[in-house]
Amino acid sequence: MNHRALKLAGRIGQYAAAVAVTVFAVFPVYWVVSTALKPTGEIFTREPTLFPTALTLEHFQRVLSGVLIPGTSFWSFLGNSLLVTVGSVVVSAVFALLAAVAVARFRFSLRGSFIVLLLVIQMVPIEALIISIFVNFYKAGELLSVPLTGSLLGVLVVYITVSLPITILMMRSFVAAVPKELEEAAAIDGADSWTIFWRILMPLVAPGLVAASIFAFITAWNEFVVAFTFLQNNTGSFTLPISLQYYFGRASIEWGSIMAASTLLTIPVMVFFLFVQRRMVSGLTMGAVKG
Amino acid sequence: MTRTLDVPEPRVEPPGAPAKKAPRHRRRRRGLVPLIPYLLILPALALLIAVLVWPILQMAWMSLHTYGLRQLRGEPAEWNGFAHYLAILTDERFWTIFRNTIVVCLLMVAITMVLGTLVGILLNKLPKWFSAVVGTALMLAWATPVISAAIVHRWLFDSRYGLANAVLAGMPDWLVGSGWEGFNWFNSPGPLFSVLILTVVWQSFPFVSVSVLAGLKSVPSELYEAARVDGASAWRSFWTVTVPMLRPLFALLLILQIIWDFRIFTQLNILAGGFSNRDVFLLPYYSYQLGFASTPPNYGMGSAIAVVMTVLVLGITAYYLRVMIRQGEIR
Repeated sequence: MNHRALKLAGRIGQYAAAVAVTVFAVFPVYWVVSTALKPTGEIFTREPTLFPTALTLEHFQRVLSGVLIPGTSFWSFLGNSLLVTVGSVVVSAVFALLAAVAVARFRFSLRGSFIVLLLVIQMVPIEALIISIFVNFYKAGELLSVPLTGSLLGVLVVYITVSLPITILMMRSFVAAVPKELEEAAAIDGADSWTIFWRILMPLVAPGLVAASIFAFITAWNEFVVAFTFLQNNTGSFTLPISLQYYFGRASIEWGSIMAASTLLTIPVMVFFLFVQRRMVSGLTMGAVKG
Repeated sequence: MTRTLDVPEPRVEPPGAPAKKAPRHRRRRRGLVPLIPYLLILPALALLIAVLVWPILQMAWMSLHTYGLRQLRGEPAEWNGFAHYLAILTDERFWTIFRNTIVVCLLMVAITMVLGTLVGILLNKLPKWFSAVVGTALMLAWATPVISAAIVHRWLFDSRYGLANAVLAGMPDWLVGSGWEGFNWFNSPGPLFSVLILTVVWQSFPFVSVSVLAGLKSVPSELYEAARVDGASAWRSFWTVTVPMLRPLFALLLILQIIWDFRIFTQLNILAGGFSNRDVFLLPYYSYQLGFASTPPNYGMGSAIAVVMTVLVLGITAYYLRVMIRQGEIR
């Protein structure tokens, strides 16, 4: 009897804690969306309303049709973001797959050093390298007379490279998980290496490729520091994350518009997260828990 | 093991393995074939070296030279010895920022790990449907772009219209004190770092929770049963079963959190609203400010601080790197 009461109390405590955690995790997200939907008058009050008393799309309209900086629009920022994101995902996926096949399927003398390089590079914060990356890109750009700083090209190159270590390491475990016997059997049946690659390896590695790509997508879509540094003087090349920062540059902050823009920035990531959540955990913690 | 994709087996040979081994080895040593793995890693390796490895060396080099706008435009850089480092180490401001960085980072990591682990254990205990609901909520926080997370916290703690001040002002004074109306969270280190820590923890604990949950599911339940039969309490079985089983996972999570929290930049940029208030700087921010937001830019000095940061991060992660590297080479 006493034991059962104790157990019940424990269960209630667990449920209460779970509700508290849920509210804690969701609340800021809710606050973004609900501020974006509130009429301006309701945003700027001394006593904020927890639930909007009226809903409006005026802030979304403002963001989508308004001009934040002369010569730009939300759509141009979106276009720039899509360009660097899709570009870096595609290129890094191809490069990572090639490298992952090399590391998982071949023994070669630089193999160990290459893996060590990937692991070490992953640890060095890009924030520490940003000055020298900028200086190098500036000089290289002058040398090649291609604008690498102040253009999306430079940002794209950095994004491709930054996502390589994790995508290669993730892909490697997927390639290694494909039983070699399958390839051997296909070879015995007369398949050439091209066929083996496309018909055997690719279908089995595809989920890993997708997971790694979505990871690269999220990295590039959310990236701030590199874009902030490289594109500072070229407002036409702004990506979405750094465009958000410019809402603060005004005399009074338009919180409604910021929250609407923020919502629009967040939606694609949320959608992709739904697909990749589990794989991301296993990808990131890979190597520590399993072989 | 040495079977390669690009060397198709001659069809005529029977599938008997031992007979094939010798010729295969000879084949691989001939012609272009040994070059194949190098060709496969070449694009990735070239980019990594050009974009990330070279800048590491460049950073070290710049930190030892006078390097500013003129040098960027083409003037030769002058050897500076260790002047930048001397200037840093004798600068009181640097040491304040250094201390703040360590303290803020430690707090972020500790709170994230403890909260994340507790929630992970909670998720494991909840019924499946409830666990899924909480998991989805965690995912929302985790998936929010860093910039959005920073902006919403800036808004929540806005001095005039922020929800936090309204709630605090509405609470009894004996609990939270008074004077919350119009309180500015973003002027001085204490309050600003509190909001920063909240912002970062809010976004990073879900990853720890979900990872711990995955880890807990991998622990065989027989171990817990055995512990229970032996009369161990929940607390004891946590320390004698869970912790040892999940030690590698905890080590990894800890290292990742340290790396991620040490490099905080975006959130601070939004919360501090630019580079004017040096009291609230953290190391990456200080380095950035010297390089890009000071007139004239001092890339050399910024690089010296970046070198200090890199050495710190690699020092902290050295042990873990060794473990990873050993594993990486074996596999």
